[in-house]
Amino acid sequence: MATPFRKILKTKDFVVTAEAAPVKGSNVSKAIEHIELLKDKVDGLNVTDNQSSVMRYPSLGVCLLVKEHGGEPVLQVTCRDRNRLAIQADLLFAYSRGVDNVLCLTGDSIDVGDHKEAKQVFDLDSVQLIHLIHTLNSGQDMAGNELDGNIDFCIGTTATPSADPLEPQLIKVEKKLAAGVEFIQTQAVYELDELKRFVEFVRKIDDKVKILGGIVPVIGAKMAAYMNDNVPGVFIPQHLIDELAQTPKGTGVAKGIEIAARMIRQMREEKICDGVHIMFIGREEKVPDILEAAGLL
Amino acid sequence: MIIAERKPMDEIKRMLAPYKKVLVAGCGTCVTVCWAGGEKEVAILASQLRLARSAEHNEISIFEASVERQCEREMVAEIKDKVTEVEAVISLACGAGVQTMSEMFEDKPVFPGVNTTFIGMPEKEGLWVEMCGACGDCFLDRTGGICPIVRCAKGLLNGPCGGTRKGGKCEIDPDKDCAWVLIYRRLEKQGRLDLMRNYYAPKNYRAVKRPGRIQAAKA
Repeated sequence: MATPFRKILKTKDFVVTAEAAPVKGSNVSKAIEHIELLKDKVDGLNVTDNQSSVMRYPSLGVCLLVKEHGGEPVLQVTCRDRNRLAIQADLLFAYSRGVDNVLCLTGDSIDVGDHKEAKQVFDLDSVQLIHLIHTLNSGQDMAGNELDGNIDFCIGTTATPSADPLEPQLIKVEKKLAAGVEFIQTQAVYELDELKRFVEFVRKIDDKVKILGGIVPVIGAKMAAYMNDNVPGVFIPQHLIDELAQTPKGTGVAKGIEIAARMIRQMREEKICDGVHIMFIGREEKVPDILEAAGLL
Repeated sequence: MIIAERKPMDEIKRMLAPYKKVLVAGCGTCVTVCWAGGEKEVAILASQLRLARSAEHNEISIFEASVERQCEREMVAEIKDKVTEVEAVISLACGAGVQTMSEMFEDKPVFPGVNTTFIGMPEKEGLWVEMCGACGDCFLDRTGGICPIVRCAKGLLNGPCGGTRKGGKCEIDPDKDCAWVLIYRRLEKQGRLDLMRNYYAPKNYRAVKRPGRIQAAKA
């Protein structure tokens, strides 16, 4: 049995989470492979919710697989695909099956995904979603009806420390903190000074919430440029793109791992934040290499 | 005002293919101002249709008419005689105009010649931008007069998403501004940023019970 994430957040000096992306199709063997590989090496496995608006196996489905295989899942819930009834129903199901950590996100726009003509929902936003889960935790649904059975989700959210302009984002973070979250897993960060400033900002408002810096390894200059243009909320600085450009052919992945590990070490050694959240999208099998290089295994 | 765009010619030709006598009906209000369905656009479409059908050796008689507002029965009644003479009508009014026509002339097919897109305003010549979602529960007092319901691509009520691009542009289009960055700047200028710090509960989607219907209060 994995240690409950809430307990980890309260007790561990440097919390490590990674992302497990659901598969495209009904064959879950790849997802199980990643779960088996990572479940004992990280404190929580985030399962994305139709990540980048690309339709996949459901987040909750992979969370159940994480549970079955002895890991600690973090259910990612976006506001894009479900209205308030569907979100509440899914959360009841999740909790009843032991999936009790939730990461609340707005969700990428439908336009960035593979079903561009779909109707996007956004009945709620991420701040309202946090409030909603507190309502469920209090034993009621959004309409004020009593719920049968106890609910006690550990609630987290995300933030973009590198946003430009930053101030509007910080106001939203304030609202999320006021709503009440136990952890923040940030979007990808590439400048640790930005993360530092963000943590200082949060600490002034809330000294209990745990902040896990987001790491998305970049394995080539071209990929970095592509991500800057196409991945919402990602801002890779020029000096990193230059470093990647100078990397000999065929060693991009190793370089990406090296840079990620370097950043994680610095986060930990300088106590910049309370942990790290690693999103190595499509290369989940390389996450242990990052952990090892960062001295976390 | 209501903004619309002319439908592609192929689609219009397909709708009118079975007919030999057609009325192109314009509207003198919103769609005139947004260059989609006024008298001028009626004349253009009529010529295009005549040319296209002539090229196909499938001649068509086109009548042209415009009324001040196609969404009002009394005004639509002014062109009753012309409608009587044709087999079908292609209306260049917004969806409300098309439906008013089609309700008044139930025995005639009335086709839409434009796609009605949004409630907006002209930003500069030839460019119209969306401003209002007709949500029935106006929020503009809290956002410095900038509507996040339609000007934020996700309609968020509590601040920007994490996808805002550098310089405050929208996640989905670098040519569009992030509504929440605009709201932030406007409220900051007015010294009212506290409004942005307030929590706003989920929207009441029953503010307008669809289909909408408003009865004026008795005087």
